[in-house]
Amino acid sequence: MKHTISVLVENRFGVLARVAGLFSGRGFNIESLTVAETEDAAVSRMTIVTRGEDRIIEQINKQLNKLIDVIKVVDVTAEEHVERELLLVKLNAEEKNRAEILRMVEIFRGKIVDVSAKSYTVEISGGDRKIEAFIEMVRPLGMQEMARSGKIALPRGTGASAPKAKKPKSGG
Amino acid sequence: MKLKGAQIVVESLIAEGVDTIFGFPGGAVLPLYDALYGAKLKHILVRHEQGAAHMADGYARATGRCGVALVTSGPGATNTVTGIATAYMDSIPMVILTGQVPVGLIGNDAFQEADIVGITRPCTKHSYLVRDVNDLARTIKEAFYIATTGKPGPVLIDLPKDVLNAAAEFEYPKTVSLRSYNPTVEGHPAQVKRAFEAMKQAKQPVLYIGGGMILANASAELAKFAKKTRMPVTTTLMAMGAYPTRDDLFLGMLGMHGTYAANMAMHECDVMVCLGARFDDRVTGRLDAFAKNCTVIHVDIDPTSISKNVTAHIPVVADLLDVMKKLNALAEKDAIDWDDKHRPWLTRLEEWKSLYPLRYGKSETGIIKPQFVVEQAWEAAKGRDPIWTTEVGQAQMWAAQFLQFDGPRTFLSSGGLGTMGYGLPAAIGAQAAFPGRLVVNIAGDGSIQMNIQEMITAVQYSLPVKTVILNNGVLGMVHQWQELFHGKRYSSSEFQMNPDFVKLAEAYGAVGMRITKEADVRPALEEAYRINKPVLMDFVVEKEEKVFPMVPAGGTVKEMMLL
Ligand SMILES: Cc1ncc(C[n+]2csc(CCOP(=O)(O)OP(=O)(O)O)c2C)c(N)n1
Repeated sequence: MKHTISVLVENRFGVLARVAGLFSGRGFNIESLTVAETEDAAVSRMTIVTRGEDRIIEQINKQLNKLIDVIKVVDVTAEEHVERELLLVKLNAEEKNRAEILRMVEIFRGKIVDVSAKSYTVEISGGDRKIEAFIEMVRPLGMQEMARSGKIALPRGTGASAPKAKKPKSGG
Repeated sequence: MKLKGAQIVVESLIAEGVDTIFGFPGGAVLPLYDALYGAKLKHILVRHEQGAAHMADGYARATGRCGVALVTSGPGATNTVTGIATAYMDSIPMVILTGQVPVGLIGNDAFQEADIVGITRPCTKHSYLVRDVNDLARTIKEAFYIATTGKPGPVLIDLPKDVLNAAAEFEYPKTVSLRSYNPTVEGHPAQVKRAFEAMKQAKQPVLYIGGGMILANASAELAKFAKKTRMPVTTTLMAMGAYPTRDDLFLGMLGMHGTYAANMAMHECDVMVCLGARFDDRVTGRLDAFAKNCTVIHVDIDPTSISKNVTAHIPVVADLLDVMKKLNALAEKDAIDWDDKHRPWLTRLEEWKSLYPLRYGKSETGIIKPQFVVEQAWEAAKGRDPIWTTEVGQAQMWAAQFLQFDGPRTFLSSGGLGTMGYGLPAAIGAQAAFPGRLVVNIAGDGSIQMNIQEMITAVQYSLPVKTVILNNGVLGMVHQWQELFHGKRYSSSEFQMNPDFVKLAEAYGAVGMRITKEADVRPALEEAYRINKPVLMDFVVEKEEKVFPMVPAGGTVKEMMLL
């Protein structure tokens, strides 16, 4: 099953390599990984989309927690959360296509962010189903290039994954 | 007071209570070597950086303190990788200081530059590249803290040369604050209670002990608990010495080359109490046939170990010392008659023990049996408070099977990685910590040649380690597998030539002995133990001898080969 894991890490040199290395070294699957600073400049948030049986996902969670620079790991899949991905796509904007592109952009609440004689570049954000659906719709029009950001996610509600929280002192 | 980075390193090590470090100099660490000149810190100059890492490791295993190795950048650092990986796999607390090219040159393919932090990332618990001399003392404090707490492991600190030359105000921090690192120490009382209740319900329990018991310094509590509850004990290779091997509750080592009684106990138990072990494949064999009909209790400081290979019905994440104390407190209050409850089970185990003890055939050709040498090495060591180290292969397994242990930290062996070349430097590290004790390395003729250059280190520092080579002229363990599983096609496992080990020992300034007759085995060992110098004993032993019992890799106890 697909899981979205949100990881708060110390914003230090080498952390990304450690996390990525953990996945490659142990043969865990990685579908997308995004990382950037949070409201606290000393902390970064990684959003990792991965796939695996429960046993593997449990190992991924534990192994991430074990890294010294990892502050908190939340598997947001089962929790209420908001997730978004950004898509930029450059479409063939021949005369006969333009109206259709504009219609699609309107329906999907996207934006045209660049225009040239032969192309429109469109920006869309949303959950992965919306992104997939949009790609599906515009593919026949002729895509020149596209870039996806990978998913970012936040649990709903207040401070559910705030960095202050620590791992449990005792466990079992 | 302002100090140079190099002096800060030395003062920080002293503040950590470090008395001995193992190392080898080079350009990048020259400032540090300069600061060591005349410092109150013993530095042992090795002959190969791998030796330095294994020595620090042996020192750590024998003492329970953190081992320290110091090497230069580039090739110096890369030479330690096998030693670091060895320590990582066995969770040994160690700090490795590596030199690095100046900060401004990093990434430029400078002379003797290697991305050692990158190279060792998968085999260190954590690592640092110090870019600012002001971070130096805090980094060292953190490194020792991380290496020695929670599940211990090696921590690497990469030190650019200009950082060692820069100056900063020195004050060694008293505390460490790492918001992202809080190892769980205390066992959840309710969960420990649950575990104890399950043990009380058991008719056929077994205590399966791993190296974690030794790392947690919990052996005394284990002995108390086993004696009180009359539960039989089996240990992994890593836990040899965690429980007295001559006690009547001890079943011997378990796993691939474990005893019949230990493996059958694991197979037939109704409650398996795994304390500080991780269900390694050398222990479990075929997973789908392992621990099928029992309740599994698993106590480990490392949450990732729990339910990784075998699902734990009752998991406890905690330091074993804490859990063993809690278990003893529960056992103390309880009125159950354990001996009565376990009598039929213990009787059955006794039967297995007497029917299928560890044994080996008598020599027919007059050629010495390697197991005999190991037995005699132990007999002759009585009263000398010995520490044993091993290389890897058949010799290692015979050492685990035929030596006896009374206490922890007396058997140092590369379990997780299985590193040939570990034993001699580890022995030197242990001897540096305990100059008065007898330290013996049980070696094969293959393994000993992987770090034999350290013999001169032992001689130079008057560290009188003893080396017992069980010389079968072949890579014995490889040979054994080829005989059993590859139709006796001995591809590249027979040395056509070996050096003259006696002359080699003498060349290093050690004492060399060659022993070819059974009658000479014991006298040679006794003489070697009396000599206050490094001694290398070359025992010419039976080439065809195999390690039994053996559960083939990926097999089950049903497939155990006995002799
Ligand atoms: C560094 C390293 N290389 C290769 C191996 C694979 N290996 C395991 S046991 C063994 C044979 C060891 O031979 P020897 O040291 O002569 O000991 P014996 O088995 O004969 O007692 C080998 C090659 C290893 N464990 N470590």
